Amino acid sequence: MKPVYLRPKSLTETVSHYCPGCTHGISHRLVAEVIDELGIQSKTIGVASVGCSVFAYNYFEVDFQQAAHGRAPAVATGIKRVHPDKIVFTYQGDGDLASIGAAEIVHAAARGENITVIFINNAIYGMTGGQMAPTTLEGQVTTTSPSGRTHSVQGYPLKMSELIATIEGAYYVVRCSLHNPAHIARAKRAIKQAFENQIEGKGFSMVEVLSTCPTNWRMTPVEALKWVEQHMIPVYPLGEFKTGEGE
Amino acid sequence: MAEPILMKGNEAIAEAAIRAGCRFFFGYPITPQNEIPEYMSKRLPEVGGVFVQAESEVASINMVYGAAGAGARVMTSSSSPGISLMMEGISYLAGAELPCVIVNMSRGGPGLGGIQPSQADYFQATKGGGHGDYRLIVYGPSSVQEACDLMMKAFDVADKYRNPVMILGDGMIGQMMEPVVFKDDARESSISEKPWATTGNEGRKPNVITSIYLDPEVLDAHNWKLFRKYKAIEENEVMYQTYHEDDAEWFLVAYGTVARICMSVMEKMRKEGVKLGLIRPITLWPFPKAILRQVADKAKGFLCVEMSTGQMVEDVRLAVGGKAPVYFYGRTGGAVPLPRAIEKRVRDVIAGRDPVVTDYLEHNQGGGGK
Repeated sequence: MKPVYLRPKSLTETVSHYCPGCTHGISHRLVAEVIDELGIQSKTIGVASVGCSVFAYNYFEVDFQQAAHGRAPAVATGIKRVHPDKIVFTYQGDGDLASIGAAEIVHAAARGENITVIFINNAIYGMTGGQMAPTTLEGQVTTTSPSGRTHSVQGYPLKMSELIATIEGAYYVVRCSLHNPAHIARAKRAIKQAFENQIEGKGFSMVEVLSTCPTNWRMTPVEALKWVEQHMIPVYPLGEFKTGEGE
Repeated sequence: MAEPILMKGNEAIAEAAIRAGCRFFFGYPITPQNEIPEYMSKRLPEVGGVFVQAESEVASINMVYGAAGAGARVMTSSSSPGISLMMEGISYLAGAELPCVIVNMSRGGPGLGGIQPSQADYFQATKGGGHGDYRLIVYGPSSVQEACDLMMKAFDVADKYRNPVMILGDGMIGQMMEPVVFKDDARESSISEKPWATTGNEGRKPNVITSIYLDPEVLDAHNWKLFRKYKAIEENEVMYQTYHEDDAEWFLVAYGTVARICMSVMEKMRKEGVKLGLIRPITLWPFPKAILRQVADKAKGFLCVEMSTGQMVEDVRLAVGGKAPVYFYGRTGGAVPLPRAIEKRVRDVIAGRDPVVTDYLEHNQGGGGK
């Protein structure tokens, strides 16, 4: 019998600490599949951020550095400048990238750093127990917006892909979602493109991945996937915001 | 031996770093250290290196983290407020055991303070500054030549112990011009000497650079491992200079540029028959405790002089351990202690007059009580 679905070589055989129904597992697998398919496992260096994915280095079978909160793009810059021939990616959540690390991501894009950024947007702080994120939707209840996020009090959700796409140095910016198999397949194509861009020296690529947090959203995994489709996508439309073409 | 050349401190330090094999610099502008990044932005590309002007000191130190973890000889430089912003990153560098060199051409604080020379960052440099149980190896050079020599040494020591090293200069060291000899030992650095670095896991298990250990037992073990390393540094790396240790009855204690002012005071007063010596710590951490404890047995007293309201003086008192009185004289905010003010303070101390702080402030000569 020929196996058709195996663990990617770039994923370790570790049981993850992610909650049931969380889409981090899918994102990790997509990145690992892409690393395998591109044959870059032995030359890839990952940068883990602070948040639920802080232990990403336990799950990827590649060299890794763990960065301070929000600083992954700066750490990746340091690595890539030392090893321009290696493949460097960051894996960051929305609190990390869109809040405390807003300056680092903007300036890594502005410099056109030839790195790949995987940006997990689940509209909440997962690791710390469900606080409001910069990406939390209006009306969304979190432990620090108990009456629901109200723009007159807590401001508006921050749309990072739209923002980064305005930066000349950004080569490829795309938003995708993991709420169903068809979109998972699209997300994989985007992630692959983002790594290929780096291999070809095209510059800064960011893939925003709309993801779930059933635990802190207080939903079942199935409800959470539906919530992404029904509530997140209208605020965070999917698609390519910058494709690098014509540049 | 090479010919001496006249160079500004900041530029000389930058050149010394390149000769030590440093090929990566990440920094952000701040006075009074701007000549370092400016020099690096021109020189590093000439030697195949990389200069990046970061968006902030926070980003600079994290770029240093990435490059150090990738195996490179790397540095940054800044001045007091910028160094405060780097403290988070320095704690991570220490926790992840990454070697790098950080230059602080310190200026007057707190807050935005001023841009003139200061030694008020001694506590921050030697007592932590960032969070957690860690130590920085800290050098306090007193001349441009010594700053260059220590710069070359700093990269080797950082690599040897896998620990960040700080050069704690002040605006005077950075801004003054002095003759410098670059000893003929320029060298290349090699990433292959760092088997722990993240270089891509070709033919080996993945390397991980991290400072997170959620299991208390594991973090406890990690911290005691760091502690043993710091003990070894304390045993091996202490540097200081003593002057007239043999016959001195009274000792000045000072580091950096202030030590040079104290030296003039010492030479002048010795000609007048005052048996005055000087102890000049070169490593501020590890602090030269043993020599102070040793001379304290026969000393009548110590006068610690700093460009602060009294920071190193606490370490002097700890080392002396009550064997002799330790007095203090300081100026702050960019004001530099004048030789005649130090001399007056020495005479007062020897005569048993120890005026309260306000007496000195009224004369606009700085302060200091016992």
